[in-house]
Order: sequence, then C-alpha cells, then structure tokens
Amino acid sequence: MKAYLAILYARMATLLQYRAAAFAGVATQIFWAMIKTMILTAFYAQTTASQPISLVQAITFIWLGQALLALLPWNIDKELEAQVKNGNVSYELVRPIDLYSLWYARAFAIRTVPTIMRCIPVFIIAILFFGLTAPISWTAFLAFGVSLIFGSFLSTAITTLIIISLFWTISGEGIQRLMPHVALLLSGLTIPLPLFPEWLQPFLSFQPLRGIIDIPSRLYTGVIPVQEAFYYLGFQLIWILVLVGMGRWLMGRALRQIEIQGG
Amino acid sequence: MSIISVDALSKEFLIPKRKQGFFGSLVSLFSQEYEKKTALDRISFSIDEGELIGYIGPNGAGKSTTVKILSGILVPNGGSVKVMGRIPWEHRIETVRELGVVFGQRTQLWWDLPVIESFELLKDIYNISDNAYKTALHALTETLELSNLMHIPVRQLSLGQRMRCDIAASLLHSPKILFLDEPTIGLDAVSKLAVRDFIRHLNKERKVTVMLTTHDMDDIESLCNRVIILNEGQIYLDGTLSTLRKKLSPERRLIVDLINENDTVSTPYAVFVKQEGHRVWLSFDPTKITPTELITSITSKHSISDLYVENPPIEEIIAKFYRNANL
Repeated sequence: MKAYLAILYARMATLLQYRAAAFAGVATQIFWAMIKTMILTAFYAQTTASQPISLVQAITFIWLGQALLALLPWNIDKELEAQVKNGNVSYELVRPIDLYSLWYARAFAIRTVPTIMRCIPVFIIAILFFGLTAPISWTAFLAFGVSLIFGSFLSTAITTLIIISLFWTISGEGIQRLMPHVALLLSGLTIPLPLFPEWLQPFLSFQPLRGIIDIPSRLYTGVIPVQEAFYYLGFQLIWILVLVGMGRWLMGRALRQIEIQGG
Repeated sequence: MSIISVDALSKEFLIPKRKQGFFGSLVSLFSQEYEKKTALDRISFSIDEGELIGYIGPNGAGKSTTVKILSGILVPNGGSVKVMGRIPWEHRIETVRELGVVFGQRTQLWWDLPVIESFELLKDIYNISDNAYKTALHALTETLELSNLMHIPVRQLSLGQRMRCDIAASLLHSPKILFLDEPTIGLDAVSKLAVRDFIRHLNKERKVTVMLTTHDMDDIESLCNRVIILNEGQIYLDGTLSTLRKKLSPERRLIVDLINENDTVSTPYAVFVKQEGHRVWLSFDPTKITPTELITSITSKHSISDLYVENPPIEEIIAKFYRNANL
C-alpha cells in the first residue's frame, strides 16, 4: 500500500507543476459556464411548462460541472499509453508491484490534481460573482464531499479501464476521441441530466458516468435529499467495485495473452 | 546448488502475417493469419549461486526472451524454470523481489524525478527497511560515486551517469541475482571500466549471481568465466571462455594508422586484411605472437601515427563459430 501511495505522491508532485494549463483551464471553464448560464436563462425565460429543476439549481449544476470538469475520465496518462504501445510495460513488471494498482494510483493523480487546481479558483469566483449558490445545508455539503471522493475513485476506475483497453486497440486514437464526448454527455456536463427527456432517465440514472459529477451536484443542490444520500453513495460504490473488478480481470487476461515483442 | 535452473524451455510468438498490397490488407481484415516464430527451442542450463555468466548471441537470438521468462514477465510454451526454487511466472512478485534487472537501452528510473527521489520510491516499492536502505545507499553511493548526482533529474544525466544510477537502483534491495542487459552499451571507456569493476566487485564480494547479456566481447573477456551462446533459440555452446577460444580461431586485429599513405605494411607475423588511406587492418594470432612483439616489428620498419588492438566483434566471432560448426 505504501508503495502505491508513494507513487501517487510522486505523480501528484509532478502534475502540480502544470500551473499554466490550470490557469488556462480556469479561464476556459469560467467562459463556458457563463455562456451555458445565458443559454439556460434564455430557455427558462421562454418556457411555460414547469421544469424538473429550478433555474437557480440549473445554474449551480453548470458551475459545479465546469469547476469539476477535469475529474471526468476524458484523457489518460500519456506515459502509460506510450508504455503499452512500445511494449515497455513489460519493464514495469520486473518490480514487485501489482500493475493494476500502479496504474490506478497514477490515474488517480491525473484525475484529482488538475481538478483541485482548477476547481478552487472557479468555485470562489463563481460564488462571488456568478450566482453559484451555497449548498443547501451543512449535511448536504458533507454528503457532497463524500460522494465527490467516491466520484473520483469511480472516474479513476474508468480512466484505468481506458488504458487497459489499449492492450487490444494499441492505437487508442478512437477511444480517446470518443471519450471526452461520451463523458461530457453522460455525466450531465453538456446539459444537466435532470433536463434530459423523461424516457431517457432510467438509462441515464443507471450508467456509471452519472456517479462522477451528477450525484455530487444533486446532493449539493438538494435535488437529492440528504436522507437518500446513502442510496446514491451505494450506487457509486457498486460501480467502483464493478469497474475495478472488470479492469483487473481484463488486465490479467491481457498480460497472460499478449506477447511482448523483442528479442 | 543451482540458483536458476532451466529445462527444455520453449517460447513461441505468434506474429500476424501481413499480406502485400491493398487487396492483401483487405483479406487480412477478415482472416488474420499468424506466423509462428520460435524464440526459444527447448533450451536447458543451470546457474549456480555466485556465478558470473555471459549470455550472448546475435540480435533476435532469444536472450531478452529468456530474461523476461526468468523474471516472470513472459509465460513460456513449454519446459520448466525455477528461480530460487520458484516458478517465476506463477510467483512473479515474490520472484522479482530477489532480482535486480538493468536494461542498458532504457532507464528504470523516473525520468522527471531527481535520482534520490527515484531511489526513495524504490525503497517503498521493495519495502526496504530504513536501516537496510541506508546501508545499501551508502555503499552504492561510495562505490559508484553518485553523491554529486543525487539531486539531478534523471533526464539531465549523461548516459554513463545514468547507467551508474540505474545499476545502483537495481541493487538497493540487495538482490541475490542480477540480470544485466547490455550494461555498457554506448558508454565511454572510463565509464565502461567503472561499470565492469563494479560488476566484478559485486560478484566477488557480495556473492551476487550475475547473468550478463552483451555484444561487447571485452565485457565477456574481463568478467565472465562461463558463457552461454544462443542462436536462433538454441544453445550453441555452454562452457568456459577457454573452451570458446579453443573452438574459435583466436584471431585479433591490429589497426595501424600510417603517416605515409603510400606505404604498405607487410610482416610475416600477421595477415594483411585491408587498407583504406592511412589506415591498415592486420589480423594476427596472439598465441603465436604477442601484440607487443608485433607492434615492435612494425614500428621498426614503418612510421605510424596511431595504432590499436581490437577483438573481432562478437557477431563476427559467433558467425565464424557457426561456420565452423557447420563444417
């Protein structure tokens, strides 16, 4: 365990050096959130039917989504990608480590560090100037925090799974182009999930990507009452276990079958 | 007692066959054919504790494949392997705990981190106790002269510096067995000697069993008393260096740079190989004439600007060996 934590810290320290990227991210996310807020405000002003969530809640959804954007499994660790492509992954195996845990630790760093660097300034600016509301209660805030941590583990499991898929696809171009769009859409970043049509809701509420930002956002805004928090934390936990199990199983198969080339 | 034993080890790779042209690619989409390539063909050997073995052979002979199987990375198609009593691919993590592995072609250190931080990560990965780590680090820093390099990120090190750090990294956990894959490749003469000295010291003083893969015949000559020659997945020779010498012609090369381009060298003690401008290649048999005698006889007749003695490259020696074996 200590080994993986040490790798995690080393990786986090490296990622913390990308300050310019974080600054650009903050600017972009604020810009997008403003545009989305305007669009939603215009829609809400024109509609006569009652909406599943209020405009204030919808705006909070948007700001939370933009602040936490980097948490989505939209990219992967370039070094690991290169390792799979050129076969150097075999050299990782000369160390007494479990490869899945190593990759999971590295994926956790790539999910959380950029998110932390971006979300704090966006949060502060949004609360001060752009109508991001505070959580509805302290308990809601606590539930939001816990489910956000679960969301990070969930997103990390998906990120790891994407890297494992490279064992079969090698190039990974396809999945890497697809992933940002799938992640944005299914996690409610394009349009908040409650605003999708009624008939899509059963599917949307069972797919794992809603567990990353949508569930924490619903707890924050009170769309999900705090009393039901345990049910949703359980939902996240089950998906984490399923995806980690799947990743381990696929990696085991890949390592047994794949012929690492070289004389 | 043998620390590594390999019996009838075989490994085949399936390589997708590429068909030529557009039509061929189209066919491959629907029915992919594979070509079987035998990397190792029922090889057997055993290594005793404390041995220093040269494992040599041309590119593609199956050297790295053997090392990868011994470290539990690859699963063979047949045969049995025991490394310190364990089957490596079934107990990869326990097996690699006892192994140190150095690949000359690539670093195992973290590229962006200062050397000392890579070492500290390894301490956690191998779960080395504070005391053992301190002792090992101190000893390695002294013998490999690393104290000035500790705080430099790996990417800024020269190849020789990096290699010394890589070797230190592979030894922090005091492994019983060390696999060295071309540890002197690309190194300058001073670094080469330093690395060789250290390997010798490690084997003599600390009784580490070393398996050395290299194309550098000088590495083999100065370090190993036993060599295993591999070619096309089979063992061609397993024996001492003197057996190898007896089997091969003991040819050496003397390269002479003449001052006068129009001069030619002729001596009864050596065979003229070729001449390119000022430079002349001669071949001689060191059992018949020592290099010193040969050089004296040449310098007495010709004025020369430079000269050096060279071993024929390992590939050439092995190629010769195969030709002999075929006769």
